[in-house]
Amino acid sequence: MISSIEANRSCVVDVASVTRKFGDKIALDNLSLSIPRGIVFGLIGGNGAGKTTLIKHILGMYRAHAGTVHVFGRDPVADPVGVLGRIGYLSEDRDLPNWMRVGELMGYTEAFFPSWDRRFAEELCQQFELDKRTRVRHLSRGQRARAGLLVALAHRPDLLVLDEPSSGLDPVVRRDILGAIIRTIADEGRTVLFSSHLLDEVERVADQIAIIHHGRILLAGFMDEIKQQHSRVTVRMSGNSNTPPTFAGMLACEGSGPDWTCVCSGQEDQWRPTVEGVGAEIIEHSAMTLDEIFVARVRG
Amino acid sequence: MLYYCINTRDMEYGGGQVQIHVSTDNGTAIYLQIVNQIKYLVASGRLAAGEELPAIRVLAERLVVNPNTVARAYRELEQQGIVEKRRTAGTFVSDQGSPLARRERVKILTARIDLLLAEARQMDISIEEVNKLVEQRHSALQSTGSSEEKDR
Repeated sequence: MISSIEANRSCVVDVASVTRKFGDKIALDNLSLSIPRGIVFGLIGGNGAGKTTLIKHILGMYRAHAGTVHVFGRDPVADPVGVLGRIGYLSEDRDLPNWMRVGELMGYTEAFFPSWDRRFAEELCQQFELDKRTRVRHLSRGQRARAGLLVALAHRPDLLVLDEPSSGLDPVVRRDILGAIIRTIADEGRTVLFSSHLLDEVERVADQIAIIHHGRILLAGFMDEIKQQHSRVTVRMSGNSNTPPTFAGMLACEGSGPDWTCVCSGQEDQWRPTVEGVGAEIIEHSAMTLDEIFVARVRG
Repeated sequence: MLYYCINTRDMEYGGGQVQIHVSTDNGTAIYLQIVNQIKYLVASGRLAAGEELPAIRVLAERLVVNPNTVARAYRELEQQGIVEKRRTAGTFVSDQGSPLARRERVKILTARIDLLLAEARQMDISIEEVNKLVEQRHSALQSTGSSEEKDR
């Protein structure tokens, strides 16, 4: 047990074979995931894929039915103070105390975190144009997200966890949030975990990603490698064949007549011979956006 | 789709503003977009030898991309001799007397020629005709004196 923790010392988060059910529904299915120190990790998946459930395990809000969760080498359920004191968290529903004023929220949160940086908190308050006298319940959606971000950031957490930080927000607030992620990572050694539907944002800021689907990891790795490992290939079938090609490494295919556009995994020198082997002429191939890779993987 | 652009610095270069754009909708890796655009700016003379590039952190925040991505782009540019790191931190455009700059310029031109040839082919205009046209335009431009001789 000790040795596995030792081995993952450079990992801030280590989720090993975690299964979690809600009634009959399997929310996490033997899921494993490691997040190394000092990177931005993007968690992507559709609604109900298990992103929030996974995040809540990492925060110790849920106990795994099977498997183990370690954050900073500790069990977040057994040692919530040791773990949560070093995490900044912005929840999906931004559940802030509505009756507090922004200033009170700052003072209240400060009490939980010895590392709270009062000057930084003031700076963020100004930058986000938050009025300390406003009650949380009267904040606009964007200002509420900014207030949540302020209290997640002001203690300069070793791990920043943002659950769907951008959902339902206008581009200006989204930019603030992405800016916060970038500044956090630029501080040596800090780690960010965020989940998002907005894959262009993930593509911009994540070093590593994991695609989660039906409680399992479909694909995980470095963004650059994942992008390199996927291509869109347009082929023309020889003869008058109207059937789509099938070959190893093909994730998805659409088209009609002799022309088909396929999504291939692997490097070009891997898929090229197999595509040509089934009698298809390669007309063109191009790189794919993360969005397109995600759709191909989840549908495939 | 969020779309951000920045000025590489908040001042102007020789009357023209120099900009880098990063987009996630064409599949090209972001670090490569940065590399290509800085190469283009250098090759086209809009970034001159000795000019300082924005700090990694500054460029990352303005482009809203991961600082590691900008660092990777700068490393790549350094390896290719386009920029150099100086001891007092900071990344500067290298002296472009090197043959590499010329190679880059040729590369940019090659891409344009490819486009031209593709278009010519589509319009059913032969390579001989294209060559002749290029010659004609060259003399036409020279006689009006409006073009500078392309450096050899």
